[in-house]
Amino acid sequence: MHELSIAMSIVEMAEEEAAARGSARVHAVHLRLGPLSGVVKEALLSSFEMACAASPLEGSQLVIEEVPIMVFCSTCQAARRVASLQWMCCPECGAPSQDVLQGKELEITALELSE
Amino acid sequence: MSAEPRLVEVRKNVLRQNDVVARALREQYRQAGVFVVSLVSSPGAGKTAFLEKTLTLLHANSRVAALVGDLATENDAARLARSMAPVRQIITGTVCHLEAAMVQNALQGWDLSQLDFLFVENVGNLVCPSSYDLGENLRLVLLSVTEGEDKPLKYPTIFNSADVAIITKMDLAAAVEFDEQAAYRNVHAVRPGMSILKLSSKTGEGVQAFLDFLGEQRSRCRRTTEAAAWTAT
Repeated sequence: MHELSIAMSIVEMAEEEAAARGSARVHAVHLRLGPLSGVVKEALLSSFEMACAASPLEGSQLVIEEVPIMVFCSTCQAARRVASLQWMCCPECGAPSQDVLQGKELEITALELSE
Repeated sequence: MSAEPRLVEVRKNVLRQNDVVARALREQYRQAGVFVVSLVSSPGAGKTAFLEKTLTLLHANSRVAALVGDLATENDAARLARSMAPVRQIITGTVCHLEAAMVQNALQGWDLSQLDFLFVENVGNLVCPSSYDLGENLRLVLLSVTEGEDKPLKYPTIFNSADVAIITKMDLAAAVEFDEQAAYRNVHAVRPGMSILKLSSKTGEGVQAFLDFLGEQRSRCRRTTEAAAWTAT
């Protein structure tokens, strides 16, 4: 359970960004999350609420966009979306692939701010 | 009166701070010429026994040291000290994984250029360590035969973040009816092409093959570093 420390980092980063932009209030933090980040969405959401309590972000929302895992299939010569974390292979031809193009994301993409 | 919120685009990797430290560590290791291997597994998979065996055997011909992460005790460091290799304990308190900064702090005062191999044993946990880069050259994930062949399917992310799978406690394989083929299949389902080695720290079976593998990995890493340095000049 490391989501709480990650949520605290998110709150800290959002505070810094908001301050740098002269905003007093953060209404929401938008985040891209990949399954290979090792972070669980539900745990992160509840941790975020805890991390925001008694901070300038109190009451703000965490909006999570879940990013699917994409691999490069060398047989098809194309980027493919894998069906499951348990089966890292091309859904078209079945060839296994470890060439991960996307799915490790844990990044803040946007903030909703007001003065 | 507060205005409507405005959407501001930001691009920030949440683990940036850890990644920055991990990069610095990687560079420090490269300059010192030390090959750094980290170990992750569930609690009780045999990380410490495996490390004790490895350190004892490597110590004969190489300069080795270890850092071990644990929640509360120094028992692991005490066990590993029997190998005669220098060992430092990182007590993480309530933190369930190692972060790059913890490794950096623990390394203070150690002359890494005096080492051939440094081992970093993570806290026993198959979930949280997967998110944190420690700057290591090679990450081993250990899976003991007593845990069941489907561990990789249950914890795909940690297997995906590791470079090599080590199947431990092979001396118990027959007793627990360990299905080796199923284990290999499951490892490769979540991490295609992953190298798998099997061994028993107790009987020593497969340990020499692992040490040979480690030596090859270190040589390969050095060749890559030298080639990069040569290209740069």
